[in-house]
Amino acid sequence: MAENQGADVTRKSRAPSVIWFFRGTRNLFSIPAFILMMSFVGFGALAREAGLTVTETMVLAVSTWALPSAVVVVGSVLGEAPFYAAAFAVALASVRLMPMTMSIVPVMRGPKTKLWHLVFASNFIAITAWVYAMNRLPQMDRDARLPFFLGFGVSLAIVNTVITGVSHTLVTALPDALTAGLLFLTPIYFLVSMTQASRVPAEYWAIGLGLILGPAFFVLNSETALLFSGLIGGTIAYLISRYNRRKGGRI
Amino acid sequence: MSLLASPFQDWNPFLFIILAGAIPTQMWRWMGAVFSASLAEDSEILIWVKAVATALVSALIANLVVFPSGALADVPLIVRVSALGVGFATYLIWRGHIIWGILAGEAVLLAGAFFFS
Repeated sequence: MAENQGADVTRKSRAPSVIWFFRGTRNLFSIPAFILMMSFVGFGALAREAGLTVTETMVLAVSTWALPSAVVVVGSVLGEAPFYAAAFAVALASVRLMPMTMSIVPVMRGPKTKLWHLVFASNFIAITAWVYAMNRLPQMDRDARLPFFLGFGVSLAIVNTVITGVSHTLVTALPDALTAGLLFLTPIYFLVSMTQASRVPAEYWAIGLGLILGPAFFVLNSETALLFSGLIGGTIAYLISRYNRRKGGRI
Repeated sequence: MSLLASPFQDWNPFLFIILAGAIPTQMWRWMGAVFSASLAEDSEILIWVKAVATALVSALIANLVVFPSGALADVPLIVRVSALGVGFATYLIWRGHIIWGILAGEAVLLAGAFFFS
């Protein structure tokens, strides 16, 4: 696929949209897509341990199509959080999708793209597809970008929903140590991919503070731990980085 | 079916998933698509918002490791925390290659899980 990207640069590619859609689909065979699939294997196992059925797990995976949101829902079930706390925590955990969408839309938009095309495509914006598309779309013909993104995003969503279901079903057949390994995939994947996606000092501070405040607040009150860790840790991180920026310091 | 946990006790599980999971997630994408021209990505409010989202998810990461459920809970805490630390340190050394961080963390965790089981 990497070799094909060179050919994609041609300004007047005459390939129809459906061809670009399948060229996007072919990118399922890539390291970022593979890592995402591994983490959905982990999510299937996690949701099973939390007591969700296989159907609930698959619906949760595909309807949020954002692992942090899906895991926050599972975490809320585990922490026995009430509805409002769960919904609020999910909203806070996924708020980064808005700036992500806003930054990719101008890249994805073609001359004939309608708003509802973009709203539909936005359902498939998540960290993996976003990083991948932001690296590749700018080198492509404008007409090719939206179908290419949809080919990649839609097929990622379908394949990973199936993987989640398979993992949920098969996890009981595994030795305990391997199940533990699967359950560990979600936290380690989140930690490194979130650091990868961070751009400004406030986000690095937020990672460190969240890691400390999460367990501390969980001991105090498991129902609202995520909510307060996010609000308090994030605000402190923001204030530290703002204070340092004012002083002209770097971090 | 999965009525063990409290959020699902008073709710239809699918209604809970859609109202507490899907809608609070998707609304940001829809708003992002609609408002894509009007808000600067480096505005102060967005920096704060991203910091809050990041802290929340990293709190969740820590809780999944410190207070795990199921088979992961049988692995000693020191192994779980070391695995997260080694994985993260490996990623920081090979910056840009998250796969090595994941593999290193998993290697430590699996070694510890087999050793203590």
